[in-house]
Formats: sequence, structure tokens, C-alpha cells
Amino acid sequence: MSKNIIIDGLTVPFQEGQTIMDAAMAAGLYIPHLCHNPEFKPHGSCKLCTVNVNGRNVASCTMPAAEGQQVLNDIAELNAERLALTQMLFVEGNHLCPACEKSGNCNLQGVAYYLGMMSPHYNHFYPAREVDASHPDILLDRNRCIYCELCVRASRDVDGKNVFGLTDRGIMTRLIVNATSGLLGDTSLAATDKAAQVCPTGALLVKRKGFAVPIGSRIFDRHTIKDVQTGGSHE
Amino acid sequence: MQQFEFSDISRMLTPILARHGGDASRLLQVLLEVQDACHTIPSEAIDHIAAHFDVPRVNVEGVAGFYSFLSTRPVGEYRMLFSGNITDQMLGKDDLMQYLCNKLWVEPGKVSEDGLVSVDSTSCTGMCDQGPAALVNGWPLTSLDQNRLDLICELIRSRKPVAEWPPMLFEVVDNIRRSDALLGEPLVPGNGIRAVLTRGAKETLAEMDKSNLRGRGGAGFKTASKWSFCHAAIAEEEGSVICDINGHPERYIVCNADEGEPGTFKDRVLLNSYADLVFEGMTVGARVVGASKGFLYLRGEYRYLLEPLEKGLQKRREAGLLGDNILGKAGFSFDIEIHLGAGAYICGEESALIESLEGKRGRPRNRPPFPVTHGYKGRPTVVDNVETFACAAKIAEKGGAWFAAMGTAQSTGTKLLSISGDCASPGIYEYPFGVTVRQILADCGARDPYAVQVSGPSGAMISWKEFDRKIAFEDLPTAGAFMVFQRKRDPFQIALNFVHFFAHESCGFCTPCRVGTELQKKIMDKIASGHGTASDLEELKSLGHILKTMSHCGLGSSAANPVLDMLEKFPDAYERKLKELAFEPAFDLDGALETARKITGRDDDWAHL
Ligand SMILES: Cc1cc2nc3c(=O)[nH]c(=O)nc-3n(C[C@H](O)[C@H](O)[C@H](O)COP(=O)(O)O)c2cc1C
Ligand code: SF4
Ligand code: SF4
Ligand code: FES
Ligand code: FES
Repeated sequence: MSKNIIIDGLTVPFQEGQTIMDAAMAAGLYIPHLCHNPEFKPHGSCKLCTVNVNGRNVASCTMPAAEGQQVLNDIAELNAERLALTQMLFVEGNHLCPACEKSGNCNLQGVAYYLGMMSPHYNHFYPAREVDASHPDILLDRNRCIYCELCVRASRDVDGKNVFGLTDRGIMTRLIVNATSGLLGDTSLAATDKAAQVCPTGALLVKRKGFAVPIGSRIFDRHTIKDVQTGGSHE
Repeated sequence: MQQFEFSDISRMLTPILARHGGDASRLLQVLLEVQDACHTIPSEAIDHIAAHFDVPRVNVEGVAGFYSFLSTRPVGEYRMLFSGNITDQMLGKDDLMQYLCNKLWVEPGKVSEDGLVSVDSTSCTGMCDQGPAALVNGWPLTSLDQNRLDLICELIRSRKPVAEWPPMLFEVVDNIRRSDALLGEPLVPGNGIRAVLTRGAKETLAEMDKSNLRGRGGAGFKTASKWSFCHAAIAEEEGSVICDINGHPERYIVCNADEGEPGTFKDRVLLNSYADLVFEGMTVGARVVGASKGFLYLRGEYRYLLEPLEKGLQKRREAGLLGDNILGKAGFSFDIEIHLGAGAYICGEESALIESLEGKRGRPRNRPPFPVTHGYKGRPTVVDNVETFACAAKIAEKGGAWFAAMGTAQSTGTKLLSISGDCASPGIYEYPFGVTVRQILADCGARDPYAVQVSGPSGAMISWKEFDRKIAFEDLPTAGAFMVFQRKRDPFQIALNFVHFFAHESCGFCTPCRVGTELQKKIMDKIASGHGTASDLEELKSLGHILKTMSHCGLGSSAANPVLDMLEKFPDAYERKLKELAFEPAFDLDGALETARKITGRDDDWAHL
């Protein structure tokens, strides 16, 4: 007999070892998320995927599914909180979307559209963050980093290279690369590495691929992130 | 600034690395020694250490950047860190720090040009009963005043090594003001363990259960349950169970001596004067859950206790109370290793503490799994507070019924309170649970009390209207802090201090806390500078809600408590600070033009808004 959880009134089957996010995705249900990518070990840092389980908020990407869970997901209160988190991610960095190559394909934008974000709401922090163009094929623009650690996980777990990591803490948290010089050009990162492909924002971009698809015809110009991510395509 | 040649670095590192061996869990301990020797973690040292432990450079750099007491940029040869708790502030910390800076010609937060000295603030150093306090190169200075700072200035200018400074500067007193079951009668070392061996491990767990002891670190989880979960847990690593010689899965006992909650200093006193009781409790725990290895995670601020504690451990080994075949019992092996923290409040959170023990950044883990099943190196681990272990030792000796007879039904036993602030006799007070705030205030000689911060910034601020409430898990739970504020104090300033504390200590892992604590700080700063409006209050409330409901760990979820308590209980405190306007920009447009005016040399009307 298969086991089930209830998400917004729907019965959703799950297998032992799956998280709530896994079960929802398998059933074609969308739970907003940024740091989660089903190809990698769950991380649980962005908190966009927060759902309410039997009265308690938990991150659905890390919480194991278990019989008897009554999950609230697509409800106004949670979506408002997710919107606030998205706005926080925008103001803590420098996201000049019109000037960003990722614009239209960016998951941060994608969830912002989905959640109906009309303004950043909070005051911008305008932090001073470093851009690293030292690598011949890859650009690292820390202004757009949301600390999802997808590049960290991809480099460590898939590429076996450990090119990325985080240092400092709190609001001073910074993405660093594995080189004494601190420069991406001095690491072993290659444009074909998984780590160079996974960034949900425009923080890590493969060079010389600029504007292959014109703005206006890009992923989130044509589809909602919900449709894209429940259709199994993970950009 | 000092430059390091690679050969110097390697000469300096070789003995350190040799001493610590090759296990990467020693990384943080190594970095602490490098910081001591170089007043920074030089980039070349990071490469060297990474190679030694065979870990990526980013990991070492990540750890070096995480902890406040480590720095990848040089700090002064003499590094003065003033304790920034509100109680230190009330005792004049800000003026004293400025006084020292002026005398030494150095700006707060900067290093003097000759590299000799740097002066900065740090989170509460746990000396609130004898503040204002500071750390100089990690060693605690207490009861600071201008005279002492004059002397310190001389010592620094004459480059006297800190080890040769007059001992009176470093005097730390216990200030035990009220003793009860725990502090009252000393335990004869070994009596707790002897009782366990006579009674049996299972039977001791039953006594723990009967005692109804609940964790003293704040959350109040029943200790017997935690111990039995750990005992029952099977640790799996890549499918296979790792067992000790007796076929039991390896398990660990960890004593949480991080004591980072501002205003808390009772663990300092337990470790200073009752360390045997604590070690005894850990050994009792080890026997009950079947652990052969224990750790004491000692906060960096209490580094001065390291050598005395090591000596205490050695004495116990010599007395047959630690090591192999404890008290002659064949197969009963247990030993304790001390790990130092390095300035990170989050490392008091049990899963972050375990990460830190493993030599990593102190970032709370995803739960489940919980430490009792997957803790240190993935094995079942009990993490308990210092005081919890002290209670456990007493329970082992005297039985559960003895303990349960004290306190209230839901909160048995006694509680150590660390009392500071506006009172005549700050210090340690041990009370049976159920004592009223009013009683405590009378006993400590509180002067015209108006508010009390119970259990530190993450706890609750109560007003004079609530002084009949009781210290107990069912009413006012506490990890031990009890800061008294008299009428003339400004509750807004108190909340402001705490909000800065949380923003500084957020580990930065999750969005709500990383950004939310910073936003909270910015809004409070805006109100403090006279630009606050009614809409800022609404913003604080909604931020508070997000912090509470969306955060990854207890730091984020309690980071709004000081603000929310102030808004609810002390409306006068902020109302008089607000502007009449509904909206006041956070950004001073005219002020922003100042640089342009300076450059152009203009100051006419058209150069102003
Ligand atoms: C941010 C944070 C800081 C904490 N700091 C401490 C601490 O310094 N000491 C402590 O014993 N527990 C601390 N705790 C609680 C621990 O996570 C844990 O609950 C406790 O050590 C368990 O021991 P106990 O059951 O004996 O209380 C902290 C929790 C959080 C969320
Ligand atoms: S660079 Fe991109 S993938 Fe890496 S942590 Fe930042 S946002 Fe995530
Ligand atoms: S709540 Fe704060 S301290 Fe806890 S994990 Fe999140 S960022 Fe770190
Ligand atoms: S998607 Fe779950 S926390 Fe980021
Ligand atoms: S558009 Fe999202 S980071 Fe550039």
C-alpha cells in the first residue's frame, strides 16, 4: 500500500525517503523554491519552499514526507511570506535586471513574477560586492548571488572540484572560490562543469553567450515559473 | 603592516599542525593558534593548512571567515574587544572604549597605523556581574574604569606581553550569592559514578526519568528522554553500523559550554568552581547511553578556563574517574576532550555546535535527523548544557525522588540565575524553580526595578506589572540570564542593543534571518536617529512575524523578541521617538550631497535641498 500526505486538500503519494518537495514535484504540484534543485542534495537555506505541516512551518525541500502530514502550501499567508523573502533577496544584493544577461531566464525573477512582486518594498542595501571577470569563459558577479550554494554543491558533489564556498557570516556572507588569489580564473572551473550551469540567477554566467534569445522571448517572458518547474524542465 | 614570508609561515605552522594531527575536526583549533601567533590568518597559512588536512582551500577560508575571533585581515598585536552587552553599556562601556581609543590614537574597529593595537566591540563576554569587561588577546579584563585603562595603555605602549600584565586586571570572581541543592554541598568526586555502577545504567536512567530533569540550556527538553533516544539510536554510515569494541554503535556525550546568550554567566562559575560536578555528570551520561568519548565545547570567551579545566581532567584520569576501566569497572572507558569556540553565538545551537566540533562553519543543520541519532560525525550524540550535567551528577548520587521534591511539578529541581544590571549584588543565585521575580529582585537588591530581561535577548522582557510571575518552564522559562533595569533606563535602547546583537550573530544561512535581522537593525537605527515613523513600527511587526515563522533555527525565530516585547509592553519607549509624519525616508538626500559640496567647494543655497 502506498503512503500519502495531503497537500492543500489533495492526496499525494510518496515513497520512503522522499521529502515533501519531492512528493509535490512528482505529483506536478508547485511549491515555490530557489535553493532547491532536484538534481542536488537538499539545502534548505532560501526558505521560499516553507509550507505549514500540521500547524508548524517547515522547509518542504528538507522535510521528509510522513504519513499523516496535512500540508498547506498555496495559501495567501504563506505566499505573502514568500514574497517578503523574495523581496529580501532582491534588496540585500544589487539586481539591476534590465542590465542582466539572465533577465527573463532568472529563477529569482521567475518567483518574483509568480508571487506578484510589484516593488522591492524594503530599502535597498546597495552592498559593495565584487565582480570577477578573470576567468576566460565564466563571469562571476557577486551582486546577484543569493547564497543558494547550488554552485557549491554542484562543484563538490558532481564535478568533484570544490571550486566554490562561502565565508564570513550573517549579512556579510560572501561567495569565495578555491584559489589563493581569490580569482575564478585561477581555479579549475571549466565552462562545461555542472557548477557553471546551475546558478538560478545571473551571478554565474558563461561568457560569449549573451542575448542568444532576445529579451521578451525568454523563459519567464512566456511561461510562469510554476509551469516551467512542474513541467520537469529545470533551467 | 606585518608581512609573512612563506618559510616563516611554515616554520610557525609545523609544530602546531604536528600537535593537532591530521583529523580535519581540529581545523578550528589550529586556526585559533595561528590567529594567536600572527594576529591574523595569513592567506599562505590557509593554503598550508588546507594541504595538511587534505581539504579544499575554500573550506579553510570559510571557517576562518565565520568566527569573530579569527580574522583574515591583521588585527592589532594587542587586540582589545569590549563586551558589548547592554549591562556593560549601562556601566559606561561606550565612553570607556572611546577613552581608550583617544589615548591610543586609534579608531574603534580599526588597527593603529603601527599595527600595535586595535579596539573593537564584541558580543557579551559573560562578565556582566563584574563589567565593564573586555578581552585582550582573548584574556578577560573585568571591572574596567579609567584608571585601569590608563594602566592598560601604558602596558600596551611599552609592549609588555599580556602574560606579564598585573594579575589583578584579570581577576574573575564567582559572586555566588545564593546556594541551594547544586552549589550548596560539594560532591565527592566519584560518588556519582560509584552510585551508577552500584545501581546499574538502566536503573540510573530510571532515576533520571523520575527526577524529571529538564535541559537547562533553554529548550527544557526532558533529559532522560534525550538520553534514552541516544541509547536506542543506531548510527548508520554508508549502510554499516560503526561499533565500539563491545559491539555498541559509537556514541558521544557533548557538554554545551558555549554560554553565548548575553547576560548569562552561570556556566562560567560552574566550570570555574564546580568542574568536577560537570565532568562527573558527563561520565554518568556516558555510562547510561554507552558513550566512550565526550567533548566540552568551551566558548572562546572562556579560553582562560582551558588550562584549569585540562588540569581538572588530568586529576580525574589519575584518580581513575576518566580513561579506561573507570573505577575498576572492566570495559567502562570514557574520556573528555575540550574544544574551543571562537566567537560565534550560533555555536550554542546544538547542531551548529556539532558542525563547529567537526571543525566547520557553525551553521545549524537540517533537522530531522536530530543529533541524538545523527550527531557528531553522524553518530548518536547527546548535547546537554553544563548545568544539566551538574544536575545529572547529583541525581546519580542522590536519586530522582530527591531531585523531584524540589521546585514545581513541571519544573523540578533548582535553577542557577545569572543576575546583572541595576542591582546591589549581581552574581549567581540558585533558587528552586517557582520563585517569583519579585522575590529575586528583593534578594539581589534591585534599585527601583522597572523591567527584567529573563533568559537574555532571545527570552522575554517583562515589565513591572509582571513581577509576580514565576521562574519555571510553565511560566517564565530561562536559560539563566536575569538582567535588571531600573526606571531611568530606556527600553528602546535595550531593544536596540539586542537587535544589533542578533544581526551580528546571524550565521547567514537562511534568508529570513540573514536579511531580516539586518532590516530590523536598520529600522531600529532609523528610529534611534530620530527619523522613525508609525509605518516603521508596522514594518517591525511584520518582520518579527517573518523571523518567527520562517527562520531555520532558534536564533532567527527569537531575534524579534526584544522588539516585539518592547512594542507590546513599553509603548512610551518608542512613541516619543517617532516623527509626526506617516513617512520619513530612510535616506537623507541633502546629506548625500555633502561629498559633492566638499568636492566643488560650494555651500550656497542651490547646493542644498
Ligand atoms: C541560537 C542558539 C544558541 C544557543 N546557545 C546555547 C548555549 O550557549 N548553551 C546551551 O546549553 N544551549 C544553547 N542553546 C540550546 C541548545 O541548542 C540545546 O537545546 C541545548 O544545549 C540542549 O541542552 P539541554 O537539554 O541540557 O538544555 C542554544 C540554542 C540556540 C537556538
Ligand atoms: S553564485 Fe549562483 S549558484 Fe552560487 S551561491 Fe550564488 S546564486 Fe547560488
Ligand atoms: S535562523 Fe539565522 S542563525 Fe539560524 S540558520 Fe538562519 S541565518 Fe543562521
Ligand atoms: S527551496 Fe527549500 S529552502 Fe530553498
Ligand atoms: S535577472 Fe535575476 S539575477 Fe539577473
